[in-house]
Amino acid sequence: MGFILDHVAFIAKIVVHLHPAPSNKEPGPFQSSKYSYIKLSFKEHGQIEFYRRLSEEMTQRRWENMPVSQTIQINRGPQAGRIRAVGIVGIERKLEEKRKETDKNISEAFEDLSKLMEKAKEMVELSKSIANKIKEKQGDITEDETIRFKSYLLSMGIANPVTRETHGSGTHYHMQLAKQLAGILQAPLEERGGIMSLTEVYCLVNRARGLELLSPEDLVNACKMLVALKLPLRLRLFDSGVMVIELQSHNEEEMVASALETVSEKGSLTAEEFAKLVGMSVLLAKERLLLAEKMGHLCRDDSVEGLRFYPNLFMTQS
Amino acid sequence: AEMSFEWPWQYRFPPFFTLQPNVDTRQKQMTAWCSLVLSYCRLNKQYTMTVMEAQESPLFNNKKLQRKLPMESIQVVLEELRKKGNLEWLDKNKSSFLIMWRRPEEWGKLIYQWVSKNGLTNSVFTLYELSNGDDTENEEFHGLEESMLLRALQALQQEHRAEIITLDDGRGVKFFQ
Repeated sequence: MGFILDHVAFIAKIVVHLHPAPSNKEPGPFQSSKYSYIKLSFKEHGQIEFYRRLSEEMTQRRWENMPVSQTIQINRGPQAGRIRAVGIVGIERKLEEKRKETDKNISEAFEDLSKLMEKAKEMVELSKSIANKIKEKQGDITEDETIRFKSYLLSMGIANPVTRETHGSGTHYHMQLAKQLAGILQAPLEERGGIMSLTEVYCLVNRARGLELLSPEDLVNACKMLVALKLPLRLRLFDSGVMVIELQSHNEEEMVASALETVSEKGSLTAEEFAKLVGMSVLLAKERLLLAEKMGHLCRDDSVEGLRFYPNLFMTQS
Repeated sequence: AEMSFEWPWQYRFPPFFTLQPNVDTRQKQMTAWCSLVLSYCRLNKQYTMTVMEAQESPLFNNKKLQRKLPMESIQVVLEELRKKGNLEWLDKNKSSFLIMWRRPEEWGKLIYQWVSKNGLTNSVFTLYELSNGDDTENEEFHGLEESMLLRALQALQQEHRAEIITLDDGRGVKFFQ
């Protein structure tokens, strides 16, 4: 191999002299050539580095040590010659390799995700065990720390079984919220005859808050604490599943007595008619009539004409 | 033939035709229904009925009020009557029933009273003579349906006051002192 510096064009050239081909040489793109050397031209630069590396490789002859599986397969097709990474086949092969690479990356990424999930699971288990310890008072934790811990759990979205109890427990957040609700709802409740459905409360409270809206769960959990916190309102659940907030001073059973009077005056009433007469929502009107029926003051007439309530003559008349 | 019948106040009360969910109210309602069914059948001397008949009869269908007791509720009333001993199903499908506005024992008692009052103990009667004979025309048990009559006599038989016997042309009964 020689290094020629062509003074005229000032283009560097490397000439590589080739040995004659050995007898067992595989067929290549050409059967024979009249030249016994190749010239490599370097128009700009790179010749020095290239010369150095080529000399190195020529000395090491690493290609002679390569395992068989890595050599490219020979295609004995019409165009005799080795398959190179060129042409459509080459492109396809490159795409395939890229796809395999991507697949591998995704699997590895998911490995991380499943590891994360495992960690998260461990975390949840840990929180649960701590929560249980608090519950059983086995941990050496103060009251204040307990409340703080519970609120952390809640903010992470972990349901704490302790907060589901209705008496004296629940997070600090819900306690504060309950006190806040008592303040907000006093006037609206008085305006509405002392009773409101929980959905009405939800709408009213969230409309007032604007930002930082309450979730239904938070509202219910806070309302469950009203009685325990000795606030002037309470949460009540009717047989039908309807939940309401009542003023403590409100007595639904007394309201039933007045409902009976109203129904008796009119002979019979539907929930809609009663609601209109008394100025209540139909939902709450129906609950009152159902309560009156449960208490035995009213009975029902259920026909194609609809559901009507009558005074319970079965009991009062002989 | 249907005679004029005095309907109870409940019959004109729309809630009477709706099965009441309140347990105490329902109890009163059922008592009223049972009583109505029995008096209606007594007046019309109806001893048996089919469920289909019942549904369409004025008993459960008040056309003027535009209310009728729904089928499920009719079944509840019939079951109440059965529990009280006033009703017996005549078939497995529960499509027809015996309505005993007077129980067999009560019929037996009435028949025996007539027999002894007229000094007819130790006599033999055919079943037909008892239910359809001229001599019994003014008696309440006149026209009593055969299966009911037989049960009445069976009840007396249990009390050793009568014996059912087989005659040439059917069955008969002998009364004892």
